[in-house]
Amino acid sequence: MRTIWITVRTSLVLMLLCTLLYHLTVTGIAQAVLPYEADGSILYNEDNEPIGSALVGQTFTEPQYFHSRVSSIEYDAAGSGSPNYAPSNEELITRTKEAAEAWKQANPGSPLNQLPIDLVTNSGSGLDPHISPEGALVQIPRISERTGIAAAELEKLVAEHTAGRELGIFGEPRVNVLMLNLELQQLLNK
Amino acid sequence: MTTAGFISIAVTLLLILLLARPAGHYLARAFDYERTGLDRIFLPAEKLICRLGGIRGDNQTWKQYAFTLVLSNSVMIVITYLIFRFQSFLPLNPGNIGNMEPTLALNTAISFMTNTNLQHYSGESGLSYLSQMVAIVFLMFTAPASALSVIMAFIRGLAGKPLGNFFVDLIRSITRALLPIAFIAALAFVCLGVPQTLEPAAVVTTLEGAEQQIARGPVASFLSIKELGNNGGGFFGVNSAHPLENPNALSNLIQILLMMLITTATPFAYGKMVGSPKQGRVLFVSMMMLFLLMLGVSISAEQAGNPLLNSLGIEDSQGSMEGKEVRFGLAQSSLYSVVTTASETGAVNTMHDTLTPIGGMVTIANMMLNTVFGGIGAGFLNVLMYAMIAVFLSGLMVGRTPEFLGKKIEGKEMKLIAATLLVHPVLILVPSAIALALQPDSISNPGFHGLTQVLYEYTSSAANNGSGFEGLGDNTPFWNLSTGIVMYIGRYFAMVALLAVAASLAAKNAVPVSAGTFRTDNRLFAGVFIGVVLIVGALTFFPALVMGPIAEHLTLKP
Repeated sequence: MRTIWITVRTSLVLMLLCTLLYHLTVTGIAQAVLPYEADGSILYNEDNEPIGSALVGQTFTEPQYFHSRVSSIEYDAAGSGSPNYAPSNEELITRTKEAAEAWKQANPGSPLNQLPIDLVTNSGSGLDPHISPEGALVQIPRISERTGIAAAELEKLVAEHTAGRELGIFGEPRVNVLMLNLELQQLLNK
Repeated sequence: MTTAGFISIAVTLLLILLLARPAGHYLARAFDYERTGLDRIFLPAEKLICRLGGIRGDNQTWKQYAFTLVLSNSVMIVITYLIFRFQSFLPLNPGNIGNMEPTLALNTAISFMTNTNLQHYSGESGLSYLSQMVAIVFLMFTAPASALSVIMAFIRGLAGKPLGNFFVDLIRSITRALLPIAFIAALAFVCLGVPQTLEPAAVVTTLEGAEQQIARGPVASFLSIKELGNNGGGFFGVNSAHPLENPNALSNLIQILLMMLITTATPFAYGKMVGSPKQGRVLFVSMMMLFLLMLGVSISAEQAGNPLLNSLGIEDSQGSMEGKEVRFGLAQSSLYSVVTTASETGAVNTMHDTLTPIGGMVTIANMMLNTVFGGIGAGFLNVLMYAMIAVFLSGLMVGRTPEFLGKKIEGKEMKLIAATLLVHPVLILVPSAIALALQPDSISNPGFHGLTQVLYEYTSSAANNGSGFEGLGDNTPFWNLSTGIVMYIGRYFAMVALLAVAASLAAKNAVPVSAGTFRTDNRLFAGVFIGVVLIVGALTFFPALVMGPIAEHLTLKP
């Protein structure tokens, strides 16, 4: 009985210390020092309207944009998730075949054997903001044809938006699709 | 895999290695109640918490210690259960999230109290900010603190000292290890882009003109204790695969280091506390070898990828990318999956359900063995149990009463150890069989993989890991209750039984070391230890693995 009483009292104390005090201190410091990161790296346009998060992917279906990876939740960041297909699941094979087929239709200028696997697979989160640099380069013929922007200029754009490994070691080179398309949009507006 | 991938893994392992020893010595000092320079800061706070909590701090017998552990943890389960059940009436609920269903609330409370963090809900939609920040995080501190207390009491017993007081250890674990490190790591995560806000989801208009909601919240402070405490429950549904919960490879690196920090430090703390650093080092090296074995298998399987997809004629040099994130790529995803299951954390940065069959098998095998470092406290407790089994088997082979740290291991200890050893496979295999018979509809992937999904769920529960093959439709009363029971027994049976072993050993007179003593601090012992872990693990679980991942692997032919 005494143990229960001690547990309840200690729990209340620890709840104050480890949860409220801890969270509020971290939140206070984060909001004061790094408000942009602390709020989720939200991007705004010239009219100060939020247009996305620099860290969260978006769906791109229009052919003049660079496309993101497959997402079963269509980049709905209210949640997150993937279909969790096992390697042996028929539906995974069917979906990938269809994606490859659709790719051939939409990108006659880029052969299938140049299509990197990240573009036809579902990311873990369904919100992956990145594609591989190869995945961006291989889309250039389509975009160039659509927009009339020279392929060389698009390649330069992709190169500018290719982030290297962290500290030169960790992770993989990648291209943030939203940032790339925002820049592309500026070119189109000109 | 690329050379850069190898280098990134090598550097990560080196950092783990560099941190383990000093962290271990720090833990040893903190839990041997030695005076340290940090007492000036910590002691007043600890005294205040003890006074407010009504804790006297007398030394406890093993029965009192074990009883206090189980009772206090159970009370905490009740407290948080009530919060989940009534979250809609409580403050800090900007998303207007409803009350949790009873079996789900019970499952969630047990899951977080047992350091499992199996999540049958989705963080974005299932929990209010209050539930996340207060109830869940409270357990994320007290669960690893409870286990750290138990392992320290166990080591004190082996060293022939009094076991100590559970509540004092619990509070020390939080004030001296978990809270300060979590605080610093949380700020580092914010610097790397992890949100920390009390605002509700952001609503934005995308480039193509659609509306996108972006869930966020106090993620950074949640994340740091999730990793450091080997908890693993994600703020977001997809855990550390979410770009806001793990924005880049540096945040990924810190997460890996946090997951491994205390569990790799424990063998060094053990060596110091029993007065023989070599004893701890041998166990550390043995576990590291098992770890490297698992990592090697995982990487080669993931790099080979899925033959069914690769045969479509696409460019597949990245390896298996289904369920993985581009920013981590193959090396860091594979490494993370091995680290999170070795340390029984259960955080994921890649979907384990989508791993190649052999890559997935590695993650299950880690949890089945439950001795490749293992979770805070609980893992090393298991390791010491296996060490005693190794000593016992060696003793049988040479026909001599086995000794461990100079204490004879006799019938009473071996009975308790054998029972503990058997509970783990029983908790995994029996419920899996029942679930396969009764709940075949929850399986989302057909064929052999379906069996692996069920096996994974109970292995993860019994080993208090908490990751999942998330395709499984597991939010039903059957799964909530059955995994709840498995998690509870998986957690407390071993702790109570092994505390009894420690107390029994502590009461014995030490046998002087002679030429005939089987040494537990050299290479021969490391070999025997690894052999015992692999043989006992393989014998128990091999048939199940053959029917699941191995069969799936063999059938993946284009």
